[in-house]
Amino acid sequence: MIQGNSLSTKIGKFIIYFIVISLGLVCLLPLWNIVAISFSGGAAVAANVVGLTPVNFSTKAYEMIMEDAQFWRSFFISVQRVALALALNLILIVLMAYPLSKTKREFKSRNIYMNIIIFAMLFSGGLIPTYIVIRNLNLLDTIWVLVLPGAVPIFSVILIMNFFVGVPKSLEEAAIIDGASPLQILFKVYIPVSLPALATVALFSIVGNWNDFMSGLIYMSQVSNYPIMTYIQSLTIDIAELVRSGTSNDALQNIAEVQNRNLNAAKIVISTIPLLLIYPFLQKYFVTGIVVGSVKE
Amino acid sequence: MAVNNEIAPARDRKKDVKKAKLTYHAMLAPGMIFLLIFSFAPMFGIVMAFQDFVPAKGFFGSEFVGLEHFKYMFNLPDIGKVFRNTIVIALGKIIFGSLLAIAFAILLNEIRLKLVKKSVQTIVYLPHFLSWVVLATVVVNLFSLDGTVNQMLNSFGMDRINFLGSNTWFQPLLIGSDVWKEFGFNSVIYLAAIASVDPGLHEAASIDGANWWKRVWHITLPGMLPIILLLAILSLPNVLEGGFDQVYNLYSPIVYETGDTIDTYVYREGLVGRDYSFGAAVGLFRSVIGLILILSANNAAKKFTERKLF
Repeated sequence: MIQGNSLSTKIGKFIIYFIVISLGLVCLLPLWNIVAISFSGGAAVAANVVGLTPVNFSTKAYEMIMEDAQFWRSFFISVQRVALALALNLILIVLMAYPLSKTKREFKSRNIYMNIIIFAMLFSGGLIPTYIVIRNLNLLDTIWVLVLPGAVPIFSVILIMNFFVGVPKSLEEAAIIDGASPLQILFKVYIPVSLPALATVALFSIVGNWNDFMSGLIYMSQVSNYPIMTYIQSLTIDIAELVRSGTSNDALQNIAEVQNRNLNAAKIVISTIPLLLIYPFLQKYFVTGIVVGSVKE
Repeated sequence: MAVNNEIAPARDRKKDVKKAKLTYHAMLAPGMIFLLIFSFAPMFGIVMAFQDFVPAKGFFGSEFVGLEHFKYMFNLPDIGKVFRNTIVIALGKIIFGSLLAIAFAILLNEIRLKLVKKSVQTIVYLPHFLSWVVLATVVVNLFSLDGTVNQMLNSFGMDRINFLGSNTWFQPLLIGSDVWKEFGFNSVIYLAAIASVDPGLHEAASIDGANWWKRVWHITLPGMLPIILLLAILSLPNVLEGGFDQVYNLYSPIVYETGDTIDTYVYREGLVGRDYSFGAAVGLFRSVIGLILILSANNAAKKFTERKLF
């Protein structure tokens, strides 16, 4: 750290504070600008004069979203998906992590399972074969296609396994003497002491499932089945259109686009609110996750 | 009676151990079934890369064509371009992303005001948790022809730049916006590494008259080196990850020349264009190279840092 009170150290400190705070602002302001746009009047958005405060404050964009049935349908598809995926992920993670946290002496087949799991993590059939398998299972256009393919988050299994390895053996031995079965040991000994790590993987699962738009894009043929991010993606970002309208200066196109911009900003704000609600918890736990997860086996 | 008492628990324990092992298998079974269906069945499905796959005929009925699709692939001018783009974009993200994260962690570590430190951390971690669908809108908002950046350029009397439609600017835009999204989050692990450096070293160096810059260079950075090295090695396999979510949300046909990556190419040609076998062949080629890179990275990590990925 910088010590002392001489002029040069003071200048040094000032520069460091300046850079760090600037980087913070560089992250915050573009996001804040979207919020301001979402609350601005159409004309101001069209003139592109909205900075950090709404111009001609208006909640019209939000009122329009309230009436957009598909937005809310997609929103609740995503809520449902997150709930299902979270439950399934957590159950499978603890059930798999516990036996894998045993030594080879305690559980002879442990390394075989571990190798299978690691292979599945390192190698994949790729996008197209996965699509064909899922299609053959008749899962296309169902909610399950958003949940089941990611049922086993291998990185999280390994993270929890590493955490279980660190649980003091004496706790388990005491439970064994009391005649507890492995399942009882898992739920009464391991899970209660692993709550921070489990919170971490739970948050990974929530964020990943909420933000994913690719599965919706690939596996859903009807817009009515889109999860929220796929729906927003399908509406908001037509870059080809933007590039074209920019070069040709087509006035009509510009107007349509600008109206969209206001509305899209509002859609993005609403779709981000669920993540902002859990963000304080996220921030608390993910540091644990990264530090535990980076020390392997 | 006394003898029985001693034998019975021993037998029980043996039975318990056996029962416990059965339970272990049973606990792993559901997860393994999911992996079998959604990871290993698609691996089997790779046979389609060697077939003229027709969905109606399935994996068993489609005609085998050997390496036909691979020959075709290597003769396409697109493939070299797509792999080159992917590697350039990914390397740019890894290199600049790590440098900024390291620099930010070192600077953040100097911040003594708790309120400033906490607030900045809260803000810079946030973009990591947002979807590219959301952030692409932010990027477009800033970098489109009438976006904020161009307005600024204009007010300085400079020409507007079509960042999203220019093959010169598109790659820097992808790299820059990804660095922006991830540097905060990536700094977490470097902060932990800085915290593990012995403060006594800093004190000793200060007494010897070393200034802040010298101490960063000779103490902090060498102290972080194992972690930097480990993360650098482990990011090696990522050079084939162009980042589908980001590219798909930002690119357009105008910038395919520099912005098309393996993932977006397979998606377009294989899935949208329904050229399933060709898409599977490109995907397989990429997976195999990826696997080789991961295994080499793991070996390198074991050798140089005594830690490993798996």
